[in-house]
Amino acid sequence: MKYILLVSLFWATIFNSFSQECTLSLSGKITDTHDDSPLAFAIIMLKETGQYAEADKDGNYQISKLCPGKYTLEITHISCENVTQEIQLPHSKKIDFKLEHHLDELNEVLLTGRLYQDANTYNISKELTQDEIDRFSNLSFGEAVAELNGVSSLKTGASINKPIIQGMHSARVLLINNNVQMEDQQWGVDHAPNIDINSAANIQVIKGASALRYGGDAVGGIIVSTPQKAPLKDTLFGNSILNLNTNGRGGGLTTSLLKSYSNGWYIKTQASAKRRGDLQAPNYNLSNTGVNENNFSIGFGLNKIETGFNAYYSLFSTEIGILRASHIGNVRDLVNSINSSTPSFVDDFSYQINSPKQKVNHHLLKLDYFKKIQNLGKLEVQYAFQFNKRLEFDVRRGDRRDKAALDLQLSTHQLQTQLKIDRLENFDIRLGIETTYQDHFANPETGVRRLIPDYEMFGAGGFITSTYTLNEKVVFDAGIRYDFTYIDALKFYRTSRWEERDYQTDFPNLIIEDFGTQLLTNPKFDYHNFSASLGVHYQLNNAAKWTTNLSIATRNPNPSELFSDGLHHSIASIELGDLRLQQEQSYKLNTSFSQKKDRLSFEVSPYLNLVDNYIVLEPNGIETTIRGAFPVFEYRQTQALFLGVDVNAKYQISDTSEITAQFAYVHAEDITLNRPIIDIPPFNTRLKYKHTIESWNNLSVSLTHDFVAKQNRFPDLDFTTPVLDPSLGELVPTEVKISESPADYQLFHIGAEMPFQMKNMDLRVGVTVQNLFDTSYRNYLNRQRFYADEIGRNIQLQIQFNY
Amino acid sequence: MKSLKLVSIFSFLAVFFSCSDDDDVEIINEEEVITTLRVTFIKENTNEISTFLYQDLAGDGSVDPMISADNLEANTTYIGSVEFLNELEDPAENITLEVVEEGEEHQVFFINSTSLNTNFSYLDTDANNNPIGVEFSLTTGDASTGNLSVLLIHDGDKFADGVAQGDISNTGGETDIEANFNVVIE
Repeated sequence: MKYILLVSLFWATIFNSFSQECTLSLSGKITDTHDDSPLAFAIIMLKETGQYAEADKDGNYQISKLCPGKYTLEITHISCENVTQEIQLPHSKKIDFKLEHHLDELNEVLLTGRLYQDANTYNISKELTQDEIDRFSNLSFGEAVAELNGVSSLKTGASINKPIIQGMHSARVLLINNNVQMEDQQWGVDHAPNIDINSAANIQVIKGASALRYGGDAVGGIIVSTPQKAPLKDTLFGNSILNLNTNGRGGGLTTSLLKSYSNGWYIKTQASAKRRGDLQAPNYNLSNTGVNENNFSIGFGLNKIETGFNAYYSLFSTEIGILRASHIGNVRDLVNSINSSTPSFVDDFSYQINSPKQKVNHHLLKLDYFKKIQNLGKLEVQYAFQFNKRLEFDVRRGDRRDKAALDLQLSTHQLQTQLKIDRLENFDIRLGIETTYQDHFANPETGVRRLIPDYEMFGAGGFITSTYTLNEKVVFDAGIRYDFTYIDALKFYRTSRWEERDYQTDFPNLIIEDFGTQLLTNPKFDYHNFSASLGVHYQLNNAAKWTTNLSIATRNPNPSELFSDGLHHSIASIELGDLRLQQEQSYKLNTSFSQKKDRLSFEVSPYLNLVDNYIVLEPNGIETTIRGAFPVFEYRQTQALFLGVDVNAKYQISDTSEITAQFAYVHAEDITLNRPIIDIPPFNTRLKYKHTIESWNNLSVSLTHDFVAKQNRFPDLDFTTPVLDPSLGELVPTEVKISESPADYQLFHIGAEMPFQMKNMDLRVGVTVQNLFDTSYRNYLNRQRFYADEIGRNIQLQIQFNY
Repeated sequence: MKSLKLVSIFSFLAVFFSCSDDDDVEIINEEEVITTLRVTFIKENTNEISTFLYQDLAGDGSVDPMISADNLEANTTYIGSVEFLNELEDPAENITLEVVEEGEEHQVFFINSTSLNTNFSYLDTDANNNPIGVEFSLTTGDASTGNLSVLLIHDGDKFADGVAQGDISNTGGETDIEANFNVVIE
């Protein structure tokens, strides 16, 4: 293309040389808008006369022998958008031009996926790419992320999955959705992330607190979910994925569409729906485990190189049935469940979702604006509003049957400004400030005392992070962050509980009103937190690199840890928060070494995380109510040490077949009490063999083997309590075995898929069989392991269209 | 300049959305909780009443419940009734009515230690002709002492083996009430 242009320009110039004698000249420099780098070989042409010049390697050009007059200039450069400009030329002029040099770069990064992790390159992380996300389309967010090595899932049944990063979960894992920190009541272990996996184009799991720009309290890690970015060109594309599953007799459909223009405007939308009935364990139906989920998102904006804005709205809406048999009355029911091999409540298959169930809606509205500042960098301003409404329906009597037992509404406003300074050589700096206002409202109409009180929270923080490129091989990164949090709650305590906790001694001034049996208190806390990170990235050679990171993170106790007081039916326990809890402080050393050698590539990532004031929830005593006896779970702070390693390796057997292996192990110790920490993922491995048969239309088949060991390191929290023995009619001291982990297990999965190229679309058809041998097993990380087996075999058909 | 304008618009929005109207917080008196179990025994053909009472006004385990049981007479038949109350409401809410209304999902069980000479039989039925147990009769044997547990089970299997005869072993379900009384038959 370029050459044709040059040839024609050459001839045009020849002809023009016969025209009148003129003496003016036009000169200047053609540079890249983004970084002012010279655009060598850019061509500047006068449309009227056909005269042209080519910029030299410094971007300088000159056209001479011009007559006075008005000209239309066209400046072109390979991979740049043409610029057309009219000029008056009464005398010789010097005019500089800036071209947007990023069009192809953008396209290229879109193809390779690098677009999504540019800012987090030097963190120790793992990511899910668009291809993988498409294949996990039917999974919940937590399940999909748990496919990554070093990430597990804390489950409440099969449908509620919380990511565990290197042994830590819930409030210790920050979730960033479309550059907004999720505020979706993540304090509860049965509160799954409110993100539709299908809304993401890339999901990165950062194993540590090193990405300080997202927050300073990522004691466990950070998960960054990024939606599809619009390319800077005229295009319309989309995809649809249909999933059908035998287990649960349901499926899902997701569709996305994106329209973009070369002038920077774009609009995109995505919707997905999921329906499923009861899941089945190999030997019985898991009654009331259906799911009904509907999600939608829409975004539009203008993305120029110099400036732009984005507007985005998403709705996540789900209704999840909770295994009926896991809703129990008291410790006798718990003992019966533990001792029985089948759930206490099994009904025929149904699509009906009854109580107990959760109904959650999460709205996210985001507006952002950015502007390049010449010779400095990029300024970004972002406002986000989130509204999370959580309804939990309990098994209730009478006309309260359809009334939620828990109705919590959390509104969060976040405003953040960041400045990226990229003008300095080898030195990138990012500065940011952010403010957050949060309002939590527990609806009193439930007629059930509030589990989480009404509160208002105000937060403000600032950070500086930087990367320094020492040379081609060594990059350093460092950051510091400060966060201030103020929380102002209105909490009712039972007078008896207030006294039993001995709060009147430590917090005599919190009571603002005495209602006799209940006290209204106004706890106000403020927290000042510092966090820091220091890392080095060493590229030994083309095939090997080594990254090490040391980070300090500080996390405030969350509202659940501070305030909760009440009965949890799912584990028949009374859970008591503690106003006296202090911040958790973590010191994490993370290192990762990766190497490629011939057909083998591997990555080894050991880590050490020392946490002061680590908050754990553990049983401590028994209380008796009219329902019977319950273990009391209390929060306690201790010093904890997490040591672990994540390893993955890949061996390319041939061009068409490969084998991947991964394993993860974490050793977590309560140093103060010299015993293991509860709920730590057991040693697990995954081995996957994949083979592509090119002659069969690129059919690819895979076989996966998962092994999960028995967790031998668990604290012995069993307790003995009098339990009614119906055959004797007496209360007999009985050991309640809540500590023991289930046996090890192994699962096999197979899959096959084939792509089809069609005229205007690509089609992919895949079939997978999960838990091929219909193995019965229980999972230590599932809080419902006392009640039922995990789900049995599932055959999934997936059809994807890209158009 | 333009960015400043945007910042101010965003801040305005933030303030606008933040205006919350829930500064007053409403007290919740637990609606659903059963604070009180009262078992009333009327000696057959008389007006003599004996009462077992289990009362837990805190309801959350932070204080020990009040438990009392009148002595029963040996070799006597009583007509009994069970009442479930929420005494946090004023006047106290009678939850027995709801239990009877949803009789197919509820059953009261009386479990006595082997040392205690009692014989229970159900006097009421639900829509499926299974017992509910809110009304019952009790015949005492010779003088003895021991434990009597009164349980209200929700969503148990009322058709399971022995359940209609008062055997709790196969019922499953969840325990709404479990009250234990030290009973003296004299």
